[in-house]
Amino acid sequence: MVLKSDVHPIVGSDDVVRVRQVARQWAAELKFSLVDQTKLVTATSELARNTLEHGKGGRMRVELVENGARRGIRLTFEDEGPGIANIELALRDGYTTGSGLGLGLSGSKRLMNEFDIKSETGRGTTVTVTRWK
Amino acid sequence: MDRIPILKMGDCLLVTIQVDMHDQLAVSLQEDLTDQIAKHAARGVLIDISSLEIVDSFIGRMLANIAAMSRVLDAQTVLTGMQPAVAITLVELGMTLPGIRTALNVERGMELLRGYIQKDDELQENDGSEE
Repeated sequence: MVLKSDVHPIVGSDDVVRVRQVARQWAAELKFSLVDQTKLVTATSELARNTLEHGKGGRMRVELVENGARRGIRLTFEDEGPGIANIELALRDGYTTGSGLGLGLSGSKRLMNEFDIKSETGRGTTVTVTRWK
Repeated sequence: MDRIPILKMGDCLLVTIQVDMHDQLAVSLQEDLTDQIAKHAARGVLIDISSLEIVDSFIGRMLANIAAMSRVLDAQTVLTGMQPAVAITLVELGMTLPGIRTALNVERGMELLRGYIQKDDELQENDGSEE
């Protein structure tokens, strides 16, 4: 169940910093431990940068979600960019089509509790991640 | 555009990163530091990240680049003050920063740097005497 939701654009380098701060704020409000906050914010940074660089910009939806007694934060990164041709390959550690280290997707997956990626060539990519408290 | 200040202390350069860096700021720090190393013939670089709340793969790569570039310019780099939560996250992310020397705080970082510079000097002296 979604208790609260908000959408933030990712169109420039400053927006990556801004959505990091949004993620931090939501995690702090939910009283995540410092390590969990750091993991969430770091994954946010990686995924927001992907949206900007590979997806040519998009948006992040942040949601406060509830599943029974558990509460968590769900982040959805959406873009209408070129999409990912081979998701399996893109999720592999060290694989990159850009100039990075290829840790963004695979690393974010490790930092979060739930990870889902949908992509269609020419249509865009949606990455949904959740971290439970 | 804002810049991260670089302080000169003897033959070392000291950088304290205190802001939530956007990517361009990290890139300009790389350029500024290499310029300053060459300009002052610096032997050591100390980067304190105790105020940084996250280090993602981009910042991690920037730090690794700085260490590599400094080495090529005959300067040693020590990274100090990483927060425990940042260290945990960084390793889980898959970055172990190989090739970067670290110290828990600035004081120990400076000691480490002094030691490296001294060892470097001794090595160079020995090389010279053999010729």
